[in-house]
Amino acid sequence: MLHTVNKSPFQKNTFESCIKHAAKGSAVLLIEDGVYAALKDTSVSADVQQAMGDITFYALEPDVNARGLKGKVMDGVNLVDYAGFVDLTVKFDRVQSWL
Amino acid sequence: MSDEEMMEGGVQKKFCYVNRTAPYGTVYALEALEVVLIGAAFEQDVSVIFMDDGVFQLAKGQDTAGIGMKNFSPTYRALEMYDVEKLYVSKESLEARGLSEDDLLVDVEVKTAAEIRDLMEEQDVLLTF
Amino acid sequence: MKFTIQVNEGPYTHQASDTAYNFATAALAAGHEIYRVFFYHDGVNNATRLTTPPQDDRNVINRWSELAAKHSLDLVVCVAAAQRRGIADADEARRNGKNADNIAPGFRISGLGQLIEGGIQADRLVVFGD
Repeated sequence: MLHTVNKSPFQKNTFESCIKHAAKGSAVLLIEDGVYAALKDTSVSADVQQAMGDITFYALEPDVNARGLKGKVMDGVNLVDYAGFVDLTVKFDRVQSWL
Repeated sequence: MSDEEMMEGGVQKKFCYVNRTAPYGTVYALEALEVVLIGAAFEQDVSVIFMDDGVFQLAKGQDTAGIGMKNFSPTYRALEMYDVEKLYVSKESLEARGLSEDDLLVDVEVKTAAEIRDLMEEQDVLLTF
Repeated sequence: MKFTIQVNEGPYTHQASDTAYNFATAALAAGHEIYRVFFYHDGVNNATRLTTPPQDDRNVINRWSELAAKHSLDLVVCVAAAQRRGIADADEARRNGKNADNIAPGFRISGLGQLIEGGIQADRLVVFGD
């Protein structure tokens, strides 16, 4: 499954809930304010790192850039554009949007 | 295909409604319920998951007189009449909020995060409100 | 692939409508079909023709209308959510005794069944919200 998360992990528990319910082999795409979860050296970075064992992380690059986070994203988080977002929804059989 | 033709038969998908918000503070709980009720006519395979603050939607004893809003919680008891019987509640979400099954106004199946994860993987269409 | 897109929030306050629009544009550019865009909750506010946003910023409503016209998209506004929030076409206004309607071009008002049908008919349903 593809999961999207659009909330900052520092604002709501959305990201945490998503991770708890994402199966091995899933992809999590961080969009809108959700991209803050991809920042290096934050209080959630360890959680992201740990989850990377089972889940592939993506971040929507236009949202990363909009927020001035270019170059500050964790290694292992793949940046995609909107075309890449579409491709992910095609690749996975279903999408769960975590709001 | 018209809505009527769709309702009469043919494609059946697993529809999952994911409720994560508390009632009254925002409209999502009420309007999600409206989708579930309308959707019930389409003879799909429906599951409803309550997790995070969504578990509060099922709390007994909601008295909205003081806030001047409609108490829509009795509607959850009507779901059964619409053949929407697969109501799942997150164990961790209940516990984190100091709730037990006894505090809920309908019969539900309590599921762990791992079980909900597996359940979601089985669905065809997931709607979030 | 056929997509149904659900938009749960109105213009400007949340990024949902923007992200949905950008997603839809990218999907169309890649040759996919958008079966329906369904506006629910405050998402119905994407259908008012009465906005006057600042000239130097995007016009969220007009963008949707133009995309719909260019690609013959089905933009559906939930009737119950629209009634609650004051989005009406001429028929709804007359039916409910209102002295004006405000729906933008390219949008139509219909029931929640259209969302369910969108989920049944499309290959993917993607939700954008708060």
